[in-house]
Amino acid sequence: MNQDIYIVIEHLRGQVADISYVMLAAARDLAHNTSGKVVAILLGHNSDHLAKNLAADEVLYANHLALTDFTSFSYQLVLSDLISKHLPRAVLLGHTSIGTDVANSLSVHLQIPLVSSVRNFTSNGKFVSQICGGKLMAEGDLPAPSVIATLVPGGYKPEHGQSTQPPRITPVDLPAMEELRVSLINYVEPEAGDVDISKEALLIAVGRGIQNQDNIILAEELSQALGGVVCASRPVVDQGWLPISRLVGKSGKAVKPKIYLAIGISGAPEHAEAIIGSDVIIAINTDPAAPIFNIAKYGTTADLFDLVPLLTEKVQQIKNS
Amino acid sequence: MKIVVPVKLVPDLVEELTIDPSGTALDTSWLRLIINEFDDHAIEQAILLKERSSGHVTIITLDAEEVDDMLFAAAAKGADKLIKLVGNFESVINNHALARALVPLVQDLQPDLILTGVQSHNDLDGSLGALLAEYLHMPYVGYVSGVSAEPGRAIAHKEYPGGLTAKIGINLPAVLGIQAAEQPPRYVAISKVRQMMKTAQIDEHEVSSVDSSGGARITRMYQPEVAERATMITGDANETSDKLIVIFQELGVL
Repeated sequence: MNQDIYIVIEHLRGQVADISYVMLAAARDLAHNTSGKVVAILLGHNSDHLAKNLAADEVLYANHLALTDFTSFSYQLVLSDLISKHLPRAVLLGHTSIGTDVANSLSVHLQIPLVSSVRNFTSNGKFVSQICGGKLMAEGDLPAPSVIATLVPGGYKPEHGQSTQPPRITPVDLPAMEELRVSLINYVEPEAGDVDISKEALLIAVGRGIQNQDNIILAEELSQALGGVVCASRPVVDQGWLPISRLVGKSGKAVKPKIYLAIGISGAPEHAEAIIGSDVIIAINTDPAAPIFNIAKYGTTADLFDLVPLLTEKVQQIKNS
Repeated sequence: MKIVVPVKLVPDLVEELTIDPSGTALDTSWLRLIINEFDDHAIEQAILLKERSSGHVTIITLDAEEVDDMLFAAAAKGADKLIKLVGNFESVINNHALARALVPLVQDLQPDLILTGVQSHNDLDGSLGALLAEYLHMPYVGYVSGVSAEPGRAIAHKEYPGGLTAKIGINLPAVLGIQAAEQPPRYVAISKVRQMMKTAQIDEHEVSSVDSSGGARITRMYQPEVAERATMITGDANETSDKLIVIFQELGVL
């Protein structure tokens, strides 16, 4: 048992994911409380160069051909072996499509409690999780002696998890990498789509509040009048009302337009994290408690079905005059 | 192909959420529960697989006030067997406890594939499907938005950030955490659900004890404190649109 904080570094196709740096910053915060070290775990194949800017006291590096790309099964084999040998105070993983694929199985396999959706740790070492679409925060004591936590972005700046001093890298012994029951077949590139929403300056975004496909035209008309592009949150794309190339969020694009006009979007964390880089967010949502108002500069609870057509008409009048 | 779909009900986020007097949990007295939307997609994906390869779909859920309607709606969509876990457990049961409670039942059903929502918005101790996979010693892949299956093996389309996906091969039996079905969850007419209420049967499975270890105890629940909330534009739609026009002009759009 030790007081160190371990972070599982996420990387995809040669790029360290931002959440890894967020976790390193969080780990530093937590290690301050436990008087332990910040130890990064890097799994890969010939990928030690990815460790160079990690703000960690040490990097445990697992190098194997079977770790070239992430798969839940191979990661779990290596991580359970490593964590059971070291038993750190806490192991942090991303609350992402990589981190959550292994955090749960580690919790069960190693009988270590798991807390999910952690946004930050308090100065006295409690965890704070963000739940119910960002509408509630849940705080609690970190289970002892060890805990596994999955982290969401928002609580720490990624640059605080970066360092110009390369950390010490320690290769680790690996368990037998056999009978892998999960394998990567190939990556499928995203559809190019007609526009790249991550490069647009004015985005008109629609969410669940738009109610049905026929109403998408309200956003398209406003977008056309203003000279912007229509994009959407997850429920709209899942319904097939707009193509996946227009998806803003965790599995879609992160955007940073000059203006992001969110229509009928609640602002769940998966969406909020992808629009936080926008210069100005304007939100239209009838729910005054919608989390989108916590990140928007301007907001209104007017009914979009009253407001948007009127707005389009006035914009058209100004453009035509 | 035998498919099991564990389903959870979650608070409807359209409703106002209030904290109970203890300050550590949601006040559930007036809370409206709805199906976890990712579980709804898992049901759809299971029915799609059944339609392709003549499978058998079992839906399992925890007993709750609104749960029978949800189960009958799943039957109307094409589910073959409906099970609810009943017992003297607290209204809030964590995912570790629920996963453990499901293990003997799922083992009896001997599924080839377990599909469940990749997460639910009130998860605090991980996600049900991924925990269940490990208790059953099955492999797991989450954030899946498309599945094809053949005897002994499935191919899952796993989502990564930026619109990237990966085709992942997984040996069966396995658990998949569904992000989205290949098509939106189908609509079923109320008349068909009513018909199921008369003909379909819900099997009850008694859960004798609940072991909640593996999660964390919550000491405080609260609404997020915000450093700076949006400047709210008030007035009717006409006034609001005028004010938005001024903002657009200030920002140089008009």
